Amino acid sequence: MGSLARYLVIRALAIIPTILILYTLVFIILRILPGDPILAVLGTKNIPPDQLENLRRMAGLDKPLYIQYFSYLFNFLRGDFGVTITFPSGVPISTYIAQRFPATLELAICGFIVSIVIGLGTGALAAVKKGTKIDGALKLYSILAYVTFIPLLGMVLQYIFGVYLKWLPIAQRIDPGLAPRSITGLYVLDSLLTANWAALRSSVLHLILPSITLGIVLSGAYTRLLRNNMVEVLSSDFIRSYYSRGIRERKINWYALKNAFLPVVTYMGLQFAILLGGMVLTESTFSWPGMGTFIVERLDYRDYTSIQAAIIFFAFIVGLISLIVDAVYALLDPRIRY
Amino acid sequence: MKGLELGSSLFGKLLKRTRTAIPTGAMFNVGITIILAVVLMAVFAPLISPYDPTRATPDILKPPSSSHLMGTNQIGQDILSRVIYGSRIILMVVLSATIISMAVGIPLGIYSGFIGGRADRTLSMVMDSIYAFPSLILAIAIASVLGPSPLNTAISLAVVYIPTYYRMTRGQTLSLREQLFVEAARSMGAGKLYIMRKHILPNLLPTVLVVFTLSAADAIITEAGLSYLGLSVTPPTPDWGYDLRAGQGYFTTGYWWISFFPGLMITLLALGFALVGEAMGEKISIASK
Repeated sequence: MGSLARYLVIRALAIIPTILILYTLVFIILRILPGDPILAVLGTKNIPPDQLENLRRMAGLDKPLYIQYFSYLFNFLRGDFGVTITFPSGVPISTYIAQRFPATLELAICGFIVSIVIGLGTGALAAVKKGTKIDGALKLYSILAYVTFIPLLGMVLQYIFGVYLKWLPIAQRIDPGLAPRSITGLYVLDSLLTANWAALRSSVLHLILPSITLGIVLSGAYTRLLRNNMVEVLSSDFIRSYYSRGIRERKINWYALKNAFLPVVTYMGLQFAILLGGMVLTESTFSWPGMGTFIVERLDYRDYTSIQAAIIFFAFIVGLISLIVDAVYALLDPRIRY
Repeated sequence: MKGLELGSSLFGKLLKRTRTAIPTGAMFNVGITIILAVVLMAVFAPLISPYDPTRATPDILKPPSSSHLMGTNQIGQDILSRVIYGSRIILMVVLSATIISMAVGIPLGIYSGFIGGRADRTLSMVMDSIYAFPSLILAIAIASVLGPSPLNTAISLAVVYIPTYYRMTRGQTLSLREQLFVEAARSMGAGKLYIMRKHILPNLLPTVLVVFTLSAADAIITEAGLSYLGLSVTPPTPDWGYDLRAGQGYFTTGYWWISFFPGLMITLLALGFALVGEAMGEKISIASK
C-alpha cells in the first residue's frame, strides 16, 4: 500500500471516534436531557395511555436506552432513519432526507465556492497592499462579513435584486414545473445531464442570491487567514531570491498565493461546519427546500424523530467532510504521510 | 491588615494583567462605544423607550417618521421601543451563556493542560468533536428538547461555547506549564492546585478576555439565529431575532423597516464585540512578541 493510501485509511479510521462522539452527544441531548419528547410533541399530558405507547413505539422509545443507542446507530448506517411521528406521521425520514439533502448540498457547494473566490481575492489583495488603506478597508470587510446576520443580508439582497431590480428570483430552487428529471438531485447537474436548458437557467438563477449571501458571510475568515499567511510568505527568503533574480512581481505574488493557500485548506473543514450552520438561516431566508428548512419545519410540528435524524445526519456529514479535507491536504502537500 | 493588603494587591494584579490587553485606537474605541451604548440602552430601556413595546395600536405599518423613528410593525407596535427593549434579552442570554461556558470550560481546560494523561486525551477528543459540529445546529438540537425560552437558549449556547474556552485554556496552560516561574513554584513545593490557581489562571486572563469578546460576537449571531427560528422567546416579548423573522414577509413588499432595524442591531452589537476582540487580540500578540 502506498504511503498516501495508508494515510487516507488511517485518517478514515480516525474519523470513526469523532462520529461516534457526535452521535453519542446528540443521543444524550435528545434522550437523556429532562423532558419527555413525546409529551413535548403532544403538548399535553391528557392523552390515552395506549396512544402514548403507540407513539413511543414509533419513535423507538419503548426499549431500554442502551438498545435504543445501538439499534438506532445500526439502522442509521443502513439508511433507515426511522419514521415521522407527527403529521404526516409514519413517513420514512429517509425519503425526506433524500429529497432535501441534495438541495442543501447544491447550495452549500455554491456558497462555498463564492466564499473561497471572494476570500482568496480579497485576502491576496490585502496582502499585496499590506499597510495601505486598501488593507485596512479589507480588514474591516472581513470583520463585518463575519458578524453579518445572514437573514438581514439575504433580505436586503432579495429586496434590491429581486423586488426592486427584478433580476433574480428570491425563493425556492427552481421555477414551478421546471424541475429536471432527478438523477443526482442537484438541479444544476441534473439539467446538464438531461440537456434541459430551461431548468439549468432557472436553477442557476435561483442559486445566485442565496449563494452570494452565504458566500459573503463566510468569506471574511478566508480574507484574514490568507492575508496573514501571504504576508508571511512574501517576507520569506525564497521570495526575496525571486526578486533578486528579476522575476516579475505578478508571478512572485502568484507563487506566494500558492504557498499561502495550504493552511487555508485545513481551515476549510472547520469553515464547512460553520457553513452548514449558516445554511439553516440561509435556507430559511430564501425558502430553500433543504435540510435546514426541513429541521425548521419539523420543529414546528415538534416532530422529534425527524429532528433527531437530521441532526445525526449532520454529524455524519461533518465527519465525512473532515475526512475529505484531510485527503485534499495530503494530496496537496507531499510531506503529509504516515 | 493582611486581608486588605491581599485584596488590594489582587485587584492591582488583575488590573495590571488586564491592562496589557486593553488597547487604544479607533477599532477598540468604536467597538467599546457600541457595546456600552447597547448596555445603557438595555439598562435604561423603560426611561428612553418612547412607547410600550408590546402594545398593539391601530397605527400599523407606518414608515419611519418623527413620531415613530423606526416606524411601526404589522400590529402597530413601535419598532424603536421594541429594538430598545430587545437589547435586554440578547444581552442577558449571551452574557449568562458565556459565564456558564467559562465556568465549565476554563477549569476543565486548565486541568486537562496541566495534569495531562488519559483524562486529557478523552476530554480533548470530546471537546474537539463538539467544536467541529455546526454550533447553530447543535444549539437547535438542545433548544428543541428543552423547549423555547430565553433560559433554555442560554443553556444551549453555553454548551455550544464550552469547547471554545476549553481549547484556548488548555493550549495556554500547556505552554505556561513549561515556564520558569511554574518550575520555580513547583521546586519550592507548591501543590498542583495552588499552581493552577495562583500561576496559571491569572496568566490566562488577557487571552480569556479576547476569547470572551470574540465568542460573544459569535454567540450574539447564534442567539439571534435561534430566536429567528422561533426557539427563544414567545410573542409579544421584544427580541431582535424574532422581530426580524416576524417582519420578513413584509420586507419584500416594501415595509423594510420592520425587519431591518432589529437585524441591523444584531449585526451592530456583534460588530462591537468583534472589533474589541480583534483590537485586544492584536495588542496581546504584539505584547507577546
